[in-house]
Amino acid sequence: MAVEPRVAPAPAGQTGPRIVDVRLEGVTKRFDDVVAVDDLSLEIEQGSFFALLGPSGCGKTTTLRMIGGFEEPTSGTIFLGDRDVVGLPPYRRDVNTVFQSYALFPHLSIFENVAFGLRRQGAERKGLRGRVLEMLHLVELEGMERRKPRQLSGGQQQRVALARALVCSPRVLLLDEPLGALDLKLRKQMQLFLKRIQHDIGITFIHVTHDQEEAMTMADRIAVMNKGRIDQLGSPDELYERPETPFVAGFLGVSNLLPGTVAGADVVRLDDGTQVHVAAEALQGRTGRVAVGIRPEKIRIDGGDANTLPGTVSESAYVGVATQYIVETGSGRLTVYVQNVRPGAEGAAPGDRLTLSWSPDATFVVDSTEGSA
Amino acid sequence: MSGVMDLGGRAWALARRNVLAAYSVLFFAYLLLPIAIVIAFSFNNPTGRFNYVWQGFTWNNWRYWDGVPGLRGAIELSLEIAVIASLVATALGTLVALALVRYGFRGRGATNLLIFLPLSTPEIVLGASLLTLFLNANVAFGFWTILIAHIMFCISFAVVTVKARLVGFDRHLEEAAMDLGANEWATFQKVTLPLIAPAILAALLLCFAISIDDFVVTYFNSGTRITFPLFVWGSARIGAPPQINVIGTAIFVVAVGLMVTNVLVQNRRGKRGLV
Repeated sequence: MAVEPRVAPAPAGQTGPRIVDVRLEGVTKRFDDVVAVDDLSLEIEQGSFFALLGPSGCGKTTTLRMIGGFEEPTSGTIFLGDRDVVGLPPYRRDVNTVFQSYALFPHLSIFENVAFGLRRQGAERKGLRGRVLEMLHLVELEGMERRKPRQLSGGQQQRVALARALVCSPRVLLLDEPLGALDLKLRKQMQLFLKRIQHDIGITFIHVTHDQEEAMTMADRIAVMNKGRIDQLGSPDELYERPETPFVAGFLGVSNLLPGTVAGADVVRLDDGTQVHVAAEALQGRTGRVAVGIRPEKIRIDGGDANTLPGTVSESAYVGVATQYIVETGSGRLTVYVQNVRPGAEGAAPGDRLTLSWSPDATFVVDSTEGSA
Repeated sequence: MSGVMDLGGRAWALARRNVLAAYSVLFFAYLLLPIAIVIAFSFNNPTGRFNYVWQGFTWNNWRYWDGVPGLRGAIELSLEIAVIASLVATALGTLVALALVRYGFRGRGATNLLIFLPLSTPEIVLGASLLTLFLNANVAFGFWTILIAHIMFCISFAVVTVKARLVGFDRHLEEAAMDLGANEWATFQKVTLPLIAPAILAALLLCFAISIDDFVVTYFNSGTRITFPLFVWGSARIGAPPQINVIGTAIFVVAVGLMVTNVLVQNRRGKRGLV
């Protein structure tokens, strides 16, 4: 499965200045009374794999459709490169889209589907055939060019949609939940496939998904959206290790959030009086009520770390690679994952009392969840 | 005793097995007998003015199909009206259907309702109303009034037919075309039109069929012009010539031929996995 750069040269700007491919400035989209996207500002760097992640109805697809030209913002500006594209129809924008439903033209062959964009550009006959076949080779669909879309499997149709969009060499490729209709195994394969293609051809990808694992697997940078706004933007590990809002902490992976009050430059006092040490920068100047967060796999049940909390095991579940414990403490119920390094299902049993511990570095702080349901 | 029971049971089973077949035969006889008679009497050689009693076989009615004065002109007028009316009505109806399905506009609900009105109004009312309208507007009756009337009631059929196809149309297909650089016209031409073409064709044929045999509305608004249905009606009063059966048979054969061709084409496409 040799994949060579075919569509566009890899971005030369690795050492040069940062080039922004897509810039949104104060973009708002209202549908009647509903605010779908709320004063959104965003910069997407050339050559990056950018994910818009959020639950359904958070405005991520609307944002993508505004970049593609299928919706116009109520207010705000969208730049592709240096060009303000608000008001331009989709066919005047240097972006291409892979639709969730693939939207392959059912009356055209695979070849003509892929050639559609090139024909609109007025590509000459000879070059066109070569480019289409090359693109079909890239997505591993050689020999399928005479078939009709309905004769292909879901995964194959998905790759035709990808080829059809990429063959136009757009500045930016937009992907609207492109893997949503595939089964789990195929989805995993396509995630890696997409990431490899993006890496090889160096086009900026903007990927909309509600699947946090998918976003983390593929994207260099992720914007987590909630209710029309970006809650947090960062690399996958930043979002996971240092979530800044309770929503991000809960949407990406499992989080234990313990309510407390800031009691010093690097200390939060939980409601039962326990002092939790955190990294000073994690507080980010917060005072008053906050919530302390710890990822389940960062907690040890054999002690040894600076922050401790006594509790009683209420449930334990052996899931092979790890054992999951639910531990009741004075500050609430915590989920703990302990990796099964040695064989056997030994460990704590329900009813056991133990002391949980974790490092201050592994502790993050978000705004209090009280009052916001 | 048991033998009699057995016999009765067997007869019952036999009857049960054949009752559907018998019913089907009767049903189709009922349906097809009038057509068979029309076809048969197109070969009749009547002695008097009336073509109601079998007198003998002849090819002459087919050879001299336009031997009856006025018949040729009536057929030509009917074809002319049907072709123009179905083309205009289908074009307008397709646009109306696109507007109704695609765009939310003021009066969309009302338009939807009005489209159905000509379908549900008795033809006699439709014809009389149009007559009143044309009289009040001082329009000269003839070709144009017939054409306008036919276009009017055909539009509804065209709208309904094309709309059914558009409702199941994936809007993303058009967005994809635009995304790939096709402007509105290219999108319509390359994607929308090919995909709704079967419905447009169906609408055309339907409009043609409805227009060419319309009697009631035409009768009110034709003035002195005679279409084929009006000619048949007129000549039936003074004795229908066998040429009318000839024309009827020809129309039947063409219609069945088109239908069979359509089925064959669809079947072959289905086998190749294309639709």
